[in-house]
Amino acid sequence: MKLSGAEIVVQFLKDEGVEYVFGYPGGAVLHIYDALFNQDKVKHILVRHEQGATHAADGYARATGKPGVVLVTSGPGATNAVTGIATAYMDSIPMVIITGQVATQFIGSDAFQEVDAVGITRPCVKHNFLVKHAEDLGDTLRKAFHVATTGRPGPVVVDIPKDTTDPNIKIDYAYPGEIEMRSYQPVVKAHPGEISRAMELILSARRPMIYTGGGVVLSNADAELIEFTRKLGYPITQTLMGLGAYPASDKQHLGMLGMHGTYEANMAMHECDVLIAIGARFDDRVTGDVKQFCPDARIIHIDIDPSSISKNVRVDVPIVGDIKHVLTDMNKAIKASKKKPDAKLLDQWWQQIDAWRSKNCLRYDRNSALIKPQFVIEKLHEVTGGDAYVTSDVGQHQMFAAQFYPFDKPRRWINSGGLGTMGFGLPAALGVQLAYPDSQVACVTGEASIQMCMQELSTALQYMLPVKVVNLNNRYMGMVRQWQEFFYDSRYSHSYLDALPDFVKLAESYGHVGMRIEQPGDVEGALKEAFAMKDRLVFMDFITDQTENVYPMIAAGKGHHEMHLSPERELA
Amino acid sequence: MRHIISLLMENEAGALSRVAGLFSARGYNIESLTVAPTEDASLSRMTIVTSGSDEIIEQIFKQLNKLVDVVTLADISEGNHIERELMMVKVSTPSDKERAELKRMTDIFRGRILDVTDETYIIELTGNGSKLDAFLGAIDAQLIIETVRSGATGVARGNRALRI
Repeated sequence: MKLSGAEIVVQFLKDEGVEYVFGYPGGAVLHIYDALFNQDKVKHILVRHEQGATHAADGYARATGKPGVVLVTSGPGATNAVTGIATAYMDSIPMVIITGQVATQFIGSDAFQEVDAVGITRPCVKHNFLVKHAEDLGDTLRKAFHVATTGRPGPVVVDIPKDTTDPNIKIDYAYPGEIEMRSYQPVVKAHPGEISRAMELILSARRPMIYTGGGVVLSNADAELIEFTRKLGYPITQTLMGLGAYPASDKQHLGMLGMHGTYEANMAMHECDVLIAIGARFDDRVTGDVKQFCPDARIIHIDIDPSSISKNVRVDVPIVGDIKHVLTDMNKAIKASKKKPDAKLLDQWWQQIDAWRSKNCLRYDRNSALIKPQFVIEKLHEVTGGDAYVTSDVGQHQMFAAQFYPFDKPRRWINSGGLGTMGFGLPAALGVQLAYPDSQVACVTGEASIQMCMQELSTALQYMLPVKVVNLNNRYMGMVRQWQEFFYDSRYSHSYLDALPDFVKLAESYGHVGMRIEQPGDVEGALKEAFAMKDRLVFMDFITDQTENVYPMIAAGKGHHEMHLSPERELA
Repeated sequence: MRHIISLLMENEAGALSRVAGLFSARGYNIESLTVAPTEDASLSRMTIVTSGSDEIIEQIFKQLNKLVDVVTLADISEGNHIERELMMVKVSTPSDKERAELKRMTDIFRGRILDVTDETYIIELTGNGSKLDAFLGAIDAQLIIETVRSGATGVARGNRALRI
């Protein structure tokens, strides 16, 4: 069929099965917007800021596993999208970002709204393309989706100069379908020799530990992980990005590990003799001091990205492959093996773990006259039946949500783990709600984070997205305040937010429902009332204890066994 | 330790910047980098001379391999290989004495004189880096007007080859 470049872009998105494009129009993409206008198959979601578009597409991608698609204009459109692109890159989220560019003859001339989008995004994308000829649009877009969604997923930018989309020049187009790239062939199946070496070590472990990350979620390997873990009967801990792949309420789950991980998870990491790392990347927030990391352990690492292996911590048995395939092979190997884990040793190990568990490291003061943020999250879990999609921003509220909302399913916990992007939560929640209009979607945030992408409240109204915003308002940048209390002698330099808006009025002015909750006794009622309003966005402003801190905590550069528990735990 | 990494990548705009950007973003050393198209015009061949611990070299290798444009690569310094660098030196030749001396040194180092004017020579020399350094050390430093070096290129000996 003969189409213009702009029509090719839109037709391609239809052929690719794209449901939603999150975007914001501008000069360089007007031809594409005009082509969008003439159809209704690809639905366009108009955000209020390009950062919101990328986070919304990202939230959609995390919740569904499908690539998120963004369309923004050149110059500031592209630069505003960069934070969202980097956020997706750090967490390996499949996205395709189409940026408009000035016409090819103006590239390099400092034209109006010109920026080198390919150059600016290069360090924070999996790959990027500049399409100089309309004839290349179909193949390039197909390559972009192929690269974004295979191997270790990630964002791909396609920069399209305006003349490439000229409505007056029609050329042949056919959907390219499967595409081969000689320079890009990600490994899927692992080497059988690596798997048998790993199985030998796994089955002879005395104090085994399974440590899993976001890769399990990305690979949709939750069922395989559950089978693997249950068959072995080994303890498991999940990273912030991995939560939900293995059910948090299961007794084999020791909770999250790392800087704000549980006592039992971190101690078990420190004491284990065989560590099975699956789709996790040994991030510094997880390992603490790498010199003291798992000192007695031989380490097996399964990951699809070879460059993740032995990057921060040397591993003994590397396995490169798609986790779903590798765990399937391993589950078969366990079934076929005559060797079984030593039940007696395993029982001793569990006794030790249960002793650590009995510290009850997540306990907090339930008799406080002030609203404790942990209490709000617990009630949120109760009221939503543990079945909500929960997005978050970054800071204390993010850690409280990770600690106190046990996720039993993957893709329910949606947060910016790697980049730590404040402002992520609300737009991400909009993307999730679009994907699952009938599900409960909560955005757990704080009064500092929410103000970084608050303009998207307007988008929520336009598309009637009934997200429930849980604002844990302690009038501080809580995590900054916590570090200042611990490491800067309580000098709270610029972490107190004077002149906060009246969030109730603010929500109302955007056409939503606002609530302020100041008493612990009102928390549950407010949540119930909010979630009962199925077609309204409700902004709940919980006025919480200003001085609450996130515990346990491993200070930066310390080992897993050097945790701080909350003051009352340490006295006990 | 010093390593020579050869790689074949898609001959596309921006390919060089991806490699250069990777080295600067991750703080890897880069001693020299050369790049040119191959007999297959769709491919560029790049030679990167770098240094670092075994762990760092392993990461450099993996990170380069991860670049979507990179088709294949090899650490040619791991085995027997030939390494060559081209240098051109412009020297001043104020009198016959210097002319004779520079001509003699050029012959000893098996170089060639490419250009002669009343006051200058341009001397061409190929070899590994240390031979070029030795030449510069052997001639009167006062006479050197400018030097230009290509950076190292290399190829594995025997049947080992970097091709697709």
